[in-house]
Amino acid sequence: MKSNNNILLSLDWIAILIYLTLVMMGWVNIYAAVYSEEHQSIFDLGQQYGKQMIWIIAGIVLAICVLIVDSKFYVAFAYHIYTLVIFLLVAVLFLGHEVNGARAWFEIGGVALQPAELGKFATSLAVAKYMSQFGFKMARTKSYLVLGTFMLLPALLILLQNDTGSALVFAVFFLVFYREGMPDIIIIGGFTAIALFILALVWTQLSILILLMLVSVILFAFLRQSIKEGIIGFAIVSVIYGILFGLKNIIGFDATPFHLLVITSILTVLIFVAYGLAKHIRQAWFVLLFFIFSIAITLSVNYFYRNVLISHQRDRVDNLLGIKNDLLGAGYNVHQSKIAIGSGGIIGKGFLKGTQTKYNFVPEQSTDFIFCTVGEEWGFLGTTVVILLFLTLLIRLIYLAERQRSSFSRIYGYGVACILFFHIVINISMTIGLAPVIGIPLPFFSYGGSSLWSFTVLLFIFIRLDANRTKNLR
Amino acid sequence: MDTYTKRQYLLIGIFCLTALIMISRLFYIQVIDSSYKISANSNVLRRQINYPARGLVYDRNHKLIVYNQAAYDVLVTPREMKAFDTLAFCRIAGVEKADLVSEIRKARSYSMYKASPIIKQLSSHRYAILQEQLFKYPGFYIQARTLRQYPATIASHILGYVGEVDQKKIDDDKYYESGDYIGKSGIEQAYENELRGVKGISYMMVDVHNRIKGSFEGGKMDTAAVIGKNLISTLHADLQTYGERLLAGKVGSIVAIEPKTGEIMILASSPSFDPGMFVGRERTKNYMTLLNDPLKPMLNRAITASYPPGSTFKLANAIIGLEEGLLGPDIRYSCNGPRSAPIKCTHNHETPLPLLSAIRESCNSYFFQAFRATINKYPTSEEGFEAWRNHLMDLGIGERIGGDLNAETAGNVPKTTYYDRFFGKGHWNVMTIRSLSIGQGELLLTPLQLANMVSIIANKGYYIAPHVVRSIQDFDKSERELSFEKHVTAANPFLFNVIADGMQKVVEEGTAKLAAKVEGIAICGKTGTVQNPHGAAHSAFVAFAPKDDPKIAICVYVENGVWGARYAAPIASLIIEKYLNDSISPKRKPLEASMLSADLISAMHLSGGD
Repeated sequence: MKSNNNILLSLDWIAILIYLTLVMMGWVNIYAAVYSEEHQSIFDLGQQYGKQMIWIIAGIVLAICVLIVDSKFYVAFAYHIYTLVIFLLVAVLFLGHEVNGARAWFEIGGVALQPAELGKFATSLAVAKYMSQFGFKMARTKSYLVLGTFMLLPALLILLQNDTGSALVFAVFFLVFYREGMPDIIIIGGFTAIALFILALVWTQLSILILLMLVSVILFAFLRQSIKEGIIGFAIVSVIYGILFGLKNIIGFDATPFHLLVITSILTVLIFVAYGLAKHIRQAWFVLLFFIFSIAITLSVNYFYRNVLISHQRDRVDNLLGIKNDLLGAGYNVHQSKIAIGSGGIIGKGFLKGTQTKYNFVPEQSTDFIFCTVGEEWGFLGTTVVILLFLTLLIRLIYLAERQRSSFSRIYGYGVACILFFHIVINISMTIGLAPVIGIPLPFFSYGGSSLWSFTVLLFIFIRLDANRTKNLR
Repeated sequence: MDTYTKRQYLLIGIFCLTALIMISRLFYIQVIDSSYKISANSNVLRRQINYPARGLVYDRNHKLIVYNQAAYDVLVTPREMKAFDTLAFCRIAGVEKADLVSEIRKARSYSMYKASPIIKQLSSHRYAILQEQLFKYPGFYIQARTLRQYPATIASHILGYVGEVDQKKIDDDKYYESGDYIGKSGIEQAYENELRGVKGISYMMVDVHNRIKGSFEGGKMDTAAVIGKNLISTLHADLQTYGERLLAGKVGSIVAIEPKTGEIMILASSPSFDPGMFVGRERTKNYMTLLNDPLKPMLNRAITASYPPGSTFKLANAIIGLEEGLLGPDIRYSCNGPRSAPIKCTHNHETPLPLLSAIRESCNSYFFQAFRATINKYPTSEEGFEAWRNHLMDLGIGERIGGDLNAETAGNVPKTTYYDRFFGKGHWNVMTIRSLSIGQGELLLTPLQLANMVSIIANKGYYIAPHVVRSIQDFDKSERELSFEKHVTAANPFLFNVIADGMQKVVEEGTAKLAAKVEGIAICGKTGTVQNPHGAAHSAFVAFAPKDDPKIAICVYVENGVWGARYAAPIASLIIEKYLNDSISPKRKPLEASMLSADLISAMHLSGGD
């Protein structure tokens, strides 16, 4: 009896309150999104909002179950849960129910279950378990291999189900690894690679080459803490290019500015290598590596883009970056979604007054595009409140994670925060045209039992772990 | 213990930063950029246009001559279209599949969101069937329109036709939108603003499938359609019909005016066309057929064709001579018949002769001398010509008279500068321009101007700008009379007596005595035989009657009619007789029959002339 009382007192009620608020807001907005004059009762079980009510009640029951289980269970059975989920992910490929071209669902007694959703907390548990082992060091190759496998295995299986969005979620574990000691360089490299990827799609190769040369020289000057060497670097590049340009005009050989720049960069690199060797400058190799790595990414983007991405994914990216502007094809959802949100104004059109929402202009509005309803009916105030609530929850989770005695709980907590973060950012960004359309739900908001339950379990396992924060769980 | 604790702040930083980016973006699209609100309205609001019925047109006796018939346009909004059974649709709508496909393609390229008309003017019968089946074809709508209908095929030129508004008009006038109908010619064009009424617009809320969900803001922004006003025209439908029958088989025109009011009772141009040809789906095809016809049936000869007036113009010269004081009952000029110089006279009559006889005999020699006297009254030929020209303008000749006939042309009375350019300043005189004395040369008049000139004589010195609409009828049947400019000429009224006397002699004893004389009606007329370098001379006749209380002034022009007395004079006299006596006397029946059956067009084609 005593320990039971303890648990209720030691639960983090702030996180739970935010969770309940978000779930309720989601329910109300689903009601607005699918509202029709004929079915006005929010408890109508024939409608999505009626069903969502059932999912919410079931979710709360599930949360209580999660809280009742001893926290040691999650540590002890982390790998077992992970293995079971991997097994389900494989099984769904063969036994699953196909919806919209994705073989991702089990149907059990009228309730659809999506194993991909389970992958998130299972992987968080496994990663936390592995990283909290005694003597674990992030810097080892073995660590990367094992953690990489933990991430990639479910991600690949989910990719095979044709659910790219859910597969991408697993990339956020890098943020967890970063917190646990992964070198800066990998995160910086990652972001650089993403930036280069986008630039390579939008800019010409000539502009990117100019940019890379500039950045390399500045980087070198920065690492060497020497403005002089920077200026000399620029001078060398300019002089070589000038000579080539002069030669081209005098001799009259046929070359585009891009060709000239390629030759310039090769010559500059040779001079740079000679200088580095002669002076034994360590930073020179680093800059050289950066330059070659970047060039390689730029060149491979085109191949990747044309051969790896599927045409509809390519269309979504093209629309996002403004390369194509197809408002009736791939860009339709986002365009309509922006119209719905944008038309909300500051205070919104009011509950059940959203014309875009009510008359179904935005497809999938109760699931992936639920944020449109918030935007249209509650306006800028509503969207800001929702974003701030999510932000508060995320910061609260980080705060909770940091106060854990056991590193298992901390790592798991970061996993929860980062997974939620990824979903929130990608989902909201896609509705306002900041990210490509990747079909992932908005946590606690979107219609659907599977996603609501998996986020609930994900969150409440951490709340359960946090209730035992003074214990050292291993 | 944990060296990386500080990194939590970096992660929190990333969370806050992304939240900030999203909120800024939301601030931009929700608060700053208003274009989304407009898009949202255009998404959800469907403007529904209610086209009012166009006003009706009646003749001067309140006989209906233009009315409306319901027709239906089929519109499509390409975005809402689903795959459908095209063959079944084509069968219902009565269109070719290829046409339908190409119209849909056009609609797509115009706009995916806006409705474009793809089938125009569907009949009520097909509409009834399509309406029942329409639920099978999402994205298709029907828009009710009214089309013009004519009880009889008369007065096509002057009634004009209604067609789809062109882009230029849409740009100039905000009232019109693509697909609207507008009067394109004739009365339909001149009285467009009265006839069209006011379109009604209602705003409906629709869902993504374009299903109507209710009115917008309780219909606060809706406007009601106002039906067009009716016109009471000045045309005399029966007389117009009779005139057109008489003109059938000939190329030419008739203008008949009520002199006192300037009301046009007949405005006929031949060959003509069926005004119904411009109504309905065959419109474009018919239009091209008419356009390519060598006889130019769409040309309204009565107000746009300019002919040399020939001898009918001697009346104008007579008025001018009288005004200048150079002619009078006792002033005679001699005529040497065929030996006259510089213009010979082909008629055999007394000499020297007074004005009355000169009109009766249409003496070329007399009118040349009178013209010479007018020009030479002034110090220089230029000044004399200028004075002569001003007299013509005063008689409504040489410029548009300016009633309500939009298409009216000005004809041509040359200016001194024309002769200066042609012959050199000071190098021309009355001898150079002598043809003007007998209505030939560079002079061109429209039949309307000739008829108006006769009105002036009938009215003894004034005219009211000839017009085809008398009044506008409001919805409560009250009528608003239109007023037209009254122009009083500088000529003294009594001067016209001698001209009227001369004209009466023309009909009773002179050049038209066989052709135009009607027992019991004092007709005053003047023939014209217009030399035509391209073929047979044109036949012209102007007249008014009865002499003492003129009720009708008329000009008849028959191209290649050889003599004024051969076709134009009989036709004019028949119309006058019909109008004043209601019927043709048995004695003149054979003349009527021969006029009705005369076919100059086929004859011209047979002889291979132009």
